[in-house]
Amino acid sequence: MTALLEAPSAPPERVRATRSWTAALGLLPFLGYMLVFLGGPLFFVINGAFADADGRPTLANLVASVSEPQYRAAFLSSLLISAVTAVIGAVFGTFLAQAVLTGRPDSPLRRIVATASGVLAYFGGVPLAFAFIAALGQTGLATVFLRGIGIDLYAGGFRIDSLTGLGLTYVYFQVPLMVILITPALEGLLPQWREAAENLGASAWTYWRHVALPVLAPALGGATLVLFGNAFAAYATALALTSGSIPLLPTAIASALSGNVLANQQNVGLALGVDMVVVIALVMVGYLALQRRAARWSAR
Amino acid sequence: MRRRRWRVVVLTIAAIYFLVPLLSAAEFSLRIPGGGYGVGNYLAIAGDDVLLTALFTSLQIAVLTAVVVLVLVVPTAVWVRLRFPSVAGLLESATILPIVVPPVVMAAGIAFVQANLGGPVFRTLFASSTTALTPFYVVLALPFAYRAVDNGLAAIPLRTLVEAARNLGAGLPSALVRVVLPAIRTAVLGAAFLTLALVLGEIVIARILLYTDTFPIAVVEVGRSAAGVSVALSLASLLLTWLLLLAVSFAGGGRTRSRRTSA
Repeated sequence: MTALLEAPSAPPERVRATRSWTAALGLLPFLGYMLVFLGGPLFFVINGAFADADGRPTLANLVASVSEPQYRAAFLSSLLISAVTAVIGAVFGTFLAQAVLTGRPDSPLRRIVATASGVLAYFGGVPLAFAFIAALGQTGLATVFLRGIGIDLYAGGFRIDSLTGLGLTYVYFQVPLMVILITPALEGLLPQWREAAENLGASAWTYWRHVALPVLAPALGGATLVLFGNAFAAYATALALTSGSIPLLPTAIASALSGNVLANQQNVGLALGVDMVVVIALVMVGYLALQRRAARWSAR
Repeated sequence: MRRRRWRVVVLTIAAIYFLVPLLSAAEFSLRIPGGGYGVGNYLAIAGDDVLLTALFTSLQIAVLTAVVVLVLVVPTAVWVRLRFPSVAGLLESATILPIVVPPVVMAAGIAFVQANLGGPVFRTLFASSTTALTPFYVVLALPFAYRAVDNGLAAIPLRTLVEAARNLGAGLPSALVRVVLPAIRTAVLGAAFLTLALVLGEIVIARILLYTDTFPIAVVEVGRSAAGVSVALSLASLLLTWLLLLAVSFAGGGRTRSRRTSA
């Protein structure tokens, strides 16, 4: 049985022989689903972004979405919180992933970190916001503890529903996502490379500086871009934590859509949506390009 | 020696940063009015019909979403690996697309359809939370579900398994369900539980489309009047999802280890 399982797979020629339009038919359900349920909403967003309230084509919404002061402020704070939490998450996530990987391979720590990363990276939103209010709100456990040892956060101007507080919360799902994304690349560093470097007299620092980091660079860059896009798109945490008091792009979109501002703002809301899609699309194109470079080293 | 020290520092910072909010939430959820601690908030969940109905609705959405996701992803990923490896890169890019469209933008597009397009198809679709949200939660879950399943497929001798099954007289669907699916069950369960986590945490689309009877929205609503109950609830749902994933991880690990020793 084991011998059968480990038999070599069929030669690649057979694969090429069956490549035809019938093979493409097998992809139809998947791609069709994406086209209807992702492409559909996206179509109406783009359509509305380029039309005025009466449906005539116009560029005014897009111009307004990047030039009006309140939208520009939202844009800037979204970019800022995404960039800062992406970099912090990437650096700390890489250290954490490496710390876990240098432990024993079958240790419970590895499973705990791996599964907890999955839950925290995708659960996001509501529980996170509540946990941070419980810890760092006005009467939160950590706030009270820090005040007890002489550090008064709120006297220092900290608020959990500020951009800083929100950023601190974002890191909570950015680090786990980085652990998920970077672990395969760290596992791809062959022990032989380190041994070869050490035999040539390299210190641990020289090994990381001249061997490991250059090899990891595309993977690190790509993962940081994903983290940026992740924070840029995130809204659930902000929604639960601040109920809209921080100007972020998603907040601006939601309030433009809900129509409690001027009529005609709905189309500007859709234009802001297009802006967001464009930013994340650029980020993802960069990610895919870096991913391709990273794959060079994993082809073994 | 030096290597051990940075490891301890990193793991300690991580433990403090990740555990303090969770422990604070736990402490908060155990407070009872008038001082002292008790499990009153957790007991209150069982007596709250609105919360229980919302939880049931969201679990229903989660199960439906996971089923649709797996029906879409498993055959496609197998098909790409067996018959069409030349499009693997293209399909990987396609599975990233849902990430490019943030939930708030997707909600904006759906809101437009909801408000402007009539007809029996759309009326049926938008009639209840379950039918309205499930198709779009599937889209949100696709990127990581595809990756999880594809990683699972990469770890098994897929071609050999399928050819062996077909030589023994199984059709492709039968080979898929009875041979491939059991072989990648860890990856499939992992994808299913991450879908559960996503559905139990998704608030943006449901809020904008005004489907307020789902679990995460109910948790936020309860939080306005009884903060302790909603913290208790979100903590419980977080821990439950994590324990499910941990159980899957240990089940999967046990299997590979026993296979290695028998070889």
